[in-house]
Amino acid sequence: MTTSAASPRVPGPAPAAPMAAQAAEDGSAVDPWTDAALVAALVAVDPVGCGGVAIRAMPGPARDAWMALLRALLPDGTPWRRIPVHVSDERLLGGLDLTATLHAGRPVAERGILVEADGGIVILAMAERVAPAVAAKVGMVVDHGAVRVEREGITAVTPTRFGVIALDESMGPEEAPHDALMDRLAFHMRLDGLRYTEVGDGDDPLFDRDQVIDACQRLAAVTLPDKAIEALCGAALAMGVPSMRAPLFALRVARAAAALDRRDAISDEDLRLAARLVLAPRATMIPQQPEPPPEEQPPEDQPPPPPDQDSSDQDRDEQDPQDQMDKPLEDMILEAAQAFIPPNLLERLTAAAERKRRSGMLGRSGAQRKTLTRGRPVGSRPGDPRAGARLALIDTLRSAAPWQPLRRQEAARLMAAAGTDRPLPRVLVRRDDFRITRFKRRAQSTIIFVVDASGSAAMARLGEAKGAVELLLADCYARRDQVALIAFRGRGAETLLPPTRSLARAKKRLAGFPGGGGTPLAAGIEAAHVMAEVARTRGETPSVVIMTDGRANVTLEGIGGRARAEEEAKAAAEQMRAIGVSTLVVDVSLRPHPKAEALAKAMGATYLPLPRGDARSLSAAAQGAASAGKD
Amino acid sequence: MAKAFPFSAIVGQDDMKLSLLIAAVDQSVGGVMVFGDRGTGKSTAVRALAALLPPMRRVTGCRYNSDPVRDAAFHRELNGLEAEAPLEDEDVAVPVVDLPLGATEDRVVGALDLERALTQGEKAFEPGLLARAHRGFLYIDEVNLLEDHLVDLLLDVAASGENVVEREGLSVRHPAKFVLVGSGNPEEGELRPQLLDRFGLSVEVTTPKDLAVRVEVVRRRDAFERDPAAFLAIWAEREAGEAIRIREGRERLGEVEVPDAIVETTAKLCLTLGTDGLRGELVLIRAARALAALEGDVEVDEGHIRRVAPMALRHRLRRDPLDDSGSTVRVLRAIEEVLGPA
Repeated sequence: MTTSAASPRVPGPAPAAPMAAQAAEDGSAVDPWTDAALVAALVAVDPVGCGGVAIRAMPGPARDAWMALLRALLPDGTPWRRIPVHVSDERLLGGLDLTATLHAGRPVAERGILVEADGGIVILAMAERVAPAVAAKVGMVVDHGAVRVEREGITAVTPTRFGVIALDESMGPEEAPHDALMDRLAFHMRLDGLRYTEVGDGDDPLFDRDQVIDACQRLAAVTLPDKAIEALCGAALAMGVPSMRAPLFALRVARAAAALDRRDAISDEDLRLAARLVLAPRATMIPQQPEPPPEEQPPEDQPPPPPDQDSSDQDRDEQDPQDQMDKPLEDMILEAAQAFIPPNLLERLTAAAERKRRSGMLGRSGAQRKTLTRGRPVGSRPGDPRAGARLALIDTLRSAAPWQPLRRQEAARLMAAAGTDRPLPRVLVRRDDFRITRFKRRAQSTIIFVVDASGSAAMARLGEAKGAVELLLADCYARRDQVALIAFRGRGAETLLPPTRSLARAKKRLAGFPGGGGTPLAAGIEAAHVMAEVARTRGETPSVVIMTDGRANVTLEGIGGRARAEEEAKAAAEQMRAIGVSTLVVDVSLRPHPKAEALAKAMGATYLPLPRGDARSLSAAAQGAASAGKD
Repeated sequence: MAKAFPFSAIVGQDDMKLSLLIAAVDQSVGGVMVFGDRGTGKSTAVRALAALLPPMRRVTGCRYNSDPVRDAAFHRELNGLEAEAPLEDEDVAVPVVDLPLGATEDRVVGALDLERALTQGEKAFEPGLLARAHRGFLYIDEVNLLEDHLVDLLLDVAASGENVVEREGLSVRHPAKFVLVGSGNPEEGELRPQLLDRFGLSVEVTTPKDLAVRVEVVRRRDAFERDPAAFLAIWAEREAGEAIRIREGRERLGEVEVPDAIVETTAKLCLTLGTDGLRGELVLIRAARALAALEGDVEVDEGHIRRVAPMALRHRLRRDPLDDSGSTVRVLRAIEEVLGPA
């Protein structure tokens, strides 16, 4: 079949797709803008199947040029809707159109942005700042292919399908759009490294709109060779891409690439291209060298790639290079993708872990404590303003508005029955209408004091340490921070006081605690570690102040032994460092001791030798370090 | 809306499928919570379950899904009928109702009918999602992102089996007994323990690590997307088989014996794990009985207990900050301790 030769195509840009795919084979030689243009064309061909694109770039000419390119490839009149970062549910999903409802005298539903965008593109501005709840709602609509509205008296299921362009303006590795969103986008593209001169101008596009329309029609009929799915799944596994959506996206992208190239079957280049564009940016590990075949594919299971087996009826104008005939398809795909795995993989992974923890905190109900009257307002909810909450006036009027005709009628009837004719108030507001403002407040701070009460060195200064803690307690009380106390001596650590705001209790427990015995430092650090983790799961921001001389001589098991005890203390300190809590080590030995300093280093803590002075200077120092550690 | 992916075509994820089947056989097990990675087919499985449930009888046209026998008094009173007035009934599909994120309270509990209020000036109650879900399933995807006040409301209704509405000068109460099915990703926020406790069973799903399984997932998904009708036709027979299993399981449920020794074992198991309250034991026995019914056994044995114990108990353990092994591991350890190695 000679579709490509026979079809009356514009001659100019036609060979662009094979060129782009070929360029990928030797790895590095791909011009980023060519790739970006290819992505635009693939999205234009199958916006829904691809889910969309995340573009990492600051606002600027590169991003604008790419957006213009995509728009030019889409048919005229394709919906193109922008979602602002603080979009309300009403605008996003739709709800009651208040003005129209009052005007028409019957409920009129308003279409949300996601419904308006049906068949087109949704642009998420500042995607890295989009709230998890918004990301989840968009994700749900994408998954169902429909918006389900259960709001304000409106129940509706409206089908809608669209591609998402997430504009990611993250500055550092610790920022990124929500995972739930990224997982649903086939392409994770970076345009932030592009120079102005590298950006192609609109005069010489790689693809034109006719090609895209032609590809759209061809898309449904594109067949895939045997082993294509195995190869993509295998490549995804080898690159450590756990999501099941990724290989599915890669498959759809390969299909779109074939359609764009006016072929009816997916070729190996299409698969390589898909792996490069979809899988490589998601990689979490460098795949094993493809020389020895990966374990997933036993040798007898490796047929030569089937470049010609179902394309015998097609005339294909390019042949695979000879050496690739001997390699299994998966390896070829891996090889093609490998050069495109981002270089700073490890750094990205640690940043991702940190992000994950933080985003987990954000989603947690206690993380940003909801209070009645303080903090940043975040919408309103029904409630009683008398319970100390603040009335949200506009929202209250909104909710009262639709009922006015009915209430007026009812009130008139009641008054007629009662025989009075007082004038009715302009607006009839009832208790059900009251909306109160919801607030969010910054997370609570919890300072965990770990006091070395062993006989070795701390004894002499235990009084001073106690005094310092007491002063700090007063400070914490003023700032509404929570404090907790852990002491270690003898054979283990003891939680004297779980996190509390009660100054009196803290003082009492501290004053009554005796000193003496060995130094089970590791146990003390571990207890603080556990408490910090627990505080964090409650949505608080913990910081730890450890007062010790660092001379551990009791092991975790409560047995004496300096070498083992010190080793354990160091290990515990390193674990502490791993959870990223801000810590302060106060050296309470008579003279600054290298062991305490080493401990601080292992913990990534600020080291503070306790000067021979009064408790007040210690308090000032500790307070400074603790608040420096917070954002 | 698009057709649902067939339940029986879901690759792997046996725990999740089993928990849903158990809840389908015995609704009194009390809900299923599915925790897991993104893109593991959590919502697919719940939505697919709807197609397998045998129809239920309800009073004809009743918007509250009234049971012709149990809810008869409620229905008569609601409609101002005589105490002995005959009621017609009909077969309808068991409702599987979605509670979408962003739902407002008035649509969940029900509120004044806006349409009738505005056009006819009439005060009438428009039942909400809770009424629609009565005797069926209420599904909340991303349950950990649900607004707090909605969670409180659901807790209240799930505990009492009744929805009481006092708003807009309306005073309505109607039965609302449903199986709560939630799904969510624990990384996006923890569930409040009170809500977690309402779920009878909890399962964890993870993305498959095995290449063959992953290939099969993608293959089936791709086939389904390209030609849903053909795909459904291929799986129709399996689906019918699964539906029969549920129906027969329900019929057998009343006859399944629970020997005293098994009751004792469950008590011992819960004691070993230090689960709070009696709910754990009760759910464990019910789930084991439903499993036996599902598999055509006449008596609950240790094998059933072994299989359902993790999903019945894993979310009821007291937090132990010093034991960082996962709760599933802790349950498995307790099972070995009480029942001996498998």
